[in-house]
Amino acid sequence: MELFAHQILAGLATGGIYACMALAVVMIYQAIDHLNFAQGEMAMFSTFIAWQLIQWGMPYWLAFALTIVISFAAGVVIERVVLRPIQDAPVLSHVVAFIALLAVLNSAAGFIWDYTIKSFPSPFGAGPFLGQGLMSKHDAGMIAMTLAMLVLLYLFFRHTRIGLAMRAAAANPESARLAGIRVGWMTALGWGMAAAIGSVAGMLIAPVVFLEPNMMLSILLYGFAGAVVGGLTSPGGAVIGGFSVGIIENLAGTYIPVVGREMKLSIALCIIVAVLCVRPSGLFGRPIVTRV
Amino acid sequence: MSRLLEARGLCAFYGATQVLFGLDLSIGEGGITTLLGANGAGKTTTLRSLSGMCRTNGEIQFAGRPIAGRATEDIVRLGIAHVPQGRGTFSRQTVQENLEIGAMTRRDRKAIATDVERVYVYFPRLKERHRQQAGTLSGGEQQMLAVGRAMMLRPKLMLLDEPSFGLAPLIVEELFGILRTLNRTEKVSMLLVEQNAALALDLADDAYLIETGRLVTTGPARQLRDDENIRRSYLGY
Repeated sequence: MELFAHQILAGLATGGIYACMALAVVMIYQAIDHLNFAQGEMAMFSTFIAWQLIQWGMPYWLAFALTIVISFAAGVVIERVVLRPIQDAPVLSHVVAFIALLAVLNSAAGFIWDYTIKSFPSPFGAGPFLGQGLMSKHDAGMIAMTLAMLVLLYLFFRHTRIGLAMRAAAANPESARLAGIRVGWMTALGWGMAAAIGSVAGMLIAPVVFLEPNMMLSILLYGFAGAVVGGLTSPGGAVIGGFSVGIIENLAGTYIPVVGREMKLSIALCIIVAVLCVRPSGLFGRPIVTRV
Repeated sequence: MSRLLEARGLCAFYGATQVLFGLDLSIGEGGITTLLGANGAGKTTTLRSLSGMCRTNGEIQFAGRPIAGRATEDIVRLGIAHVPQGRGTFSRQTVQENLEIGAMTRRDRKAIATDVERVYVYFPRLKERHRQQAGTLSGGEQQMLAVGRAMMLRPKLMLLDEPSFGLAPLIVEELFGILRTLNRTEKVSMLLVEQNAALALDLADDAYLIETGRLVTTGPARQLRDDENIRRSYLGY
């Protein structure tokens, strides 16, 4: 029983990483209606910026805040410069642009900061949480931050006018334009927010997986998985999805002997496919009800 | 009657295809003008041209300002509310949120809240369903929501694209009654595109008849209604 509880908690801890990333994925999906494959690299690049600021002697939380601001601005700029000109192009053109962005950011990070693995500080400390050794202070802090971001996002989208304008612009751009909403700027804002959330995710993940240009490759995959299983239309679902992927992955690795460490991700992904067969819009995704 | 909107030599294009060929339009302040014509005559395109949603040539003046070639968002902010064909419902949002979206260009929070209540006075059915997802409303209710959303902008001019489309006769009668009241009491000028010519001519003060992107005739609505030739050849009743 203790092993079981331990595995659940460990799963929650890694799930926190995926949940962070899933949240960023859903954020951009809401704004632009596709998945951004460069999301992980954007988060990685932001984390390098934070690392550089800290190296220059800036206090952690100041660097943290400044990185969020820089990432937000960079997200807006990327939308304006790279995606705005191809906004009416087919989806595949967008996918190519995302992949290009991924390659550019990955190489640029390697070029500027090289590929050696760097350690990244945790603001929460590395010791055990509540002295039990089941979860580290950093894991607990990361889960708390993810949940806090989720609450803030919920409040933003449900209770602010700009949040409503963003939802309207994503749901029905033409009609939003007729209501006087500047749809192009709403999309840019969505990119900015996704980049900012991604930067927080990157900074929280880096102390666990260490900082290097390829740190996000597999995590983004888990993030996508979490987002899809929870429902791409639901930020809350994405977070739960992220945690579930972490827990399932851990339990499968422990209790199914054949699986072992190597195959545990495959099991998690199989379960996700199974979930999607039953509920195509994800566990918490809202199927769109329309009367015709 | 002073002129609220004037278009001179309006041409419109979809890609390389020209749809409007030098249309002249003049909409009086405070009145209801209807734009009639068969399928494919360019009625919807005319409305889309006025609110900057397709490529145009020619001059458009709204309340004395040139608006041709400006972005839809900016034209809307000058006070033109376009109720599009298909109603443009935000189906995942609630009825109340749909109305709030309509007021997105305004900053006066208190007045917005009052206006939401005023829309509910005109359309009590929307009040009953204000927390419901708008996509679950019936066609008639969605059309009323679209008009309500347009009202939230406090527009000077409302462009209505076939509001009667797909609605039961009783609902249409109710809706057109409300449009007339809105025009009289809220002083909203209207440009109404309709397939149902008899209905539109009853409501409107002035009428335009177009065919394949060109003007056929214009005049007071009553005059068109009473003109036997026009009625038989173009309006089909």
